[in-house]
Amino acid sequence: MINTSKRSAALLEVDGLSVTYGLMGASSRAIENVSFALGAGEAVGLVGESGSGKTTTAMAIAGLLSPNARVSSGEVRYRGNVLPIDDDAAMRPHRWSETSVVFQGAMNALNPVHRIITQIAEPCMLKLGMPRGEASARARELLELVGIPADRGTAYPHELSGGMRQRVMIAMALACRPSIVIGDEPTTALDVITQAQILKLLGKLRSQLRLALILITHDLSVVAEACDRVLIMYSGRIVEEGTVAEIFAQPKHPYTRLLIDSIPNPANGKKMIRPIPGDPPNLMNRPSSGCAFHPRCPSVMAVCPTEVPSIDQFGQERVACHLYRSSQEDRGASHA
Amino acid sequence: MRDTTDILRLESLQVHFPIQGGLFDRALGRPAGAVRAVDGIDLNLTRGEIVALVGESGSGKTTVGRVIAKLAQPTGGKLLFEGRDITSERGSSALRPYRHRVQMIFQDAYQALNPRHTIFDIVGEPLRSLRLVDNATQLAERVGEALASAGLSPPGDFFSRFPNELSGGQRQRVVIAGALAVKPELIIADEPVSMLDVSIRAQILQVLVDLRSKHNMALLFITHDLPLAWSIADRIAVLYLGKLVEIGSADEITFNPRHPYTAALRNATPQIGGNANPAELRALQGEVPSAARVPKGCRFHPRCPLAFDRCRQDEPPSVEVGPQHMSACWLAQ
Repeated sequence: MINTSKRSAALLEVDGLSVTYGLMGASSRAIENVSFALGAGEAVGLVGESGSGKTTTAMAIAGLLSPNARVSSGEVRYRGNVLPIDDDAAMRPHRWSETSVVFQGAMNALNPVHRIITQIAEPCMLKLGMPRGEASARARELLELVGIPADRGTAYPHELSGGMRQRVMIAMALACRPSIVIGDEPTTALDVITQAQILKLLGKLRSQLRLALILITHDLSVVAEACDRVLIMYSGRIVEEGTVAEIFAQPKHPYTRLLIDSIPNPANGKKMIRPIPGDPPNLMNRPSSGCAFHPRCPSVMAVCPTEVPSIDQFGQERVACHLYRSSQEDRGASHA
Repeated sequence: MRDTTDILRLESLQVHFPIQGGLFDRALGRPAGAVRAVDGIDLNLTRGEIVALVGESGSGKTTVGRVIAKLAQPTGGKLLFEGRDITSERGSSALRPYRHRVQMIFQDAYQALNPRHTIFDIVGEPLRSLRLVDNATQLAERVGEALASAGLSPPGDFFSRFPNELSGGQRQRVVIAGALAVKPELIIADEPVSMLDVSIRAQILQVLVDLRSKHNMALLFITHDLPLAWSIADRIAVLYLGKLVEIGSADEITFNPRHPYTAALRNATPQIGGNANPAELRALQGEVPSAARVPKGCRFHPRCPLAFDRCRQDEPPSVEVGPQHMSACWLAQ
């Protein structure tokens, strides 16, 4: 069904996934018809603003949706097998050993009254059934892997800086030897220099452990530095997908173009940034028909408010925009 | 002719917070230490100028902003406004004329707005408390004007709304409108866009830049984001552990940094069209030390890739390395 799944090496395939949240009797679609594939050792950036559905997509993959969420269509396959993502108990053997998550603001998610080594050893004992001693040895090994001297394992979380705590969270995510790590804004709360250190660490782990990475972020420049491919999400749908080089050199979707234009970039001397008019829609006030971006789009056409554009393949890229569905002549006319 | 005289000047500004030692320390007569949040800063701002104060968390950038807004008291040095020393001025009535001319915009628009007040009340509050309006008609006029210049139009639509009815970008604009209502000559903006979605940031920055061009307002823009500072500011001042390590024009600091810390900050900032290989990110080792234990000599030396003997002994003075470009590094001497 999806074009990218033709790659035989796909480790993870997300196929036509839609998730709805029940909210005070009503229901609203958080993500709609999301499809993409992830190869072993590949890093994909999931980029979008708040309310775009990037976190919902990732949580669905990890089988960690909140109780009021429902998978209304689509499926997620890991090495070709469908994952029971909406069944908490059935997901248990898959979590952390196949896909693990480094949560947003995770530095504050550590238990303040336990030493970090105990916290890292815990998943090893619970999930892998290791005896305490063996789990501790594994925890020390993991600490070294993320660049913390094993002797620091006896420290409590408050004794560590934000960057160190984030390293501990990464160590925990790696405890059960997953092949996919989802990072939900893993560097957002960190200073630039610490962020660079963490991105460097993730890059090292990727090549060392052949780890696939899904990086959820609102920061395009982080994706530019750390990922192979980018998925741009807007209002619950993927609007564009391509390699980092393609997307940044030649963005196709008007939203992607404006998003890149709204970041000042000393590298190309682009100083004054162009604002995108209007506000990003949230779950409750999305446009009821057509392309969700049409109220803010500078290239809006007659068809945009009525018809949802399908996501079409263009070489290595995929774009969901009416501009690219019309013939060459039409495209010229719409720009005029 | 645009007025470009100094509006604000900081002279060796210092903010030390005392550390109360434990009972044991006191019994042994150990001296109590201090957190040297701001440790001797010289900085000036001319009318209509945008200066960005760039630093990591713990660098003291927010404390500098709070001192200028008279929300924190310096322990040393001077704060001069239009050449007048106002360092020791205190009390709400004495400060009323100053607060009328200097306003601060806070980072978190979600917390800065009282959820039970209407937008009209929030934006009108400083006008009322500084007694800048005589009657209700004037108040409504000024509030409307402020909302419109912050990009909330038509302003009347927002008067009776509550903060929870607004989006994040709109809330930040209400915070800006509140600061604008009194028509200040200097605004201190502490990370005004870091909580906002990327597509909204440019709108808010545009509002701030317009204020400068229309009203010759000066702006101290506090941020951790070097490319952002470059895009909005005339000059950039880089702060490390309570001290300015470098100051110069936005282009000089970005493209020709003369302090190893500035260079490290620049190299650590991910960039579109930069090298898409994380291994290439030249990350500095370690983290910013605590301001309670400032290293001897140059405070950056334990992390500096270029440090030599002198750096470990003596603190480098700030010297001119180019036109309007100062750097505090022994290598720049």
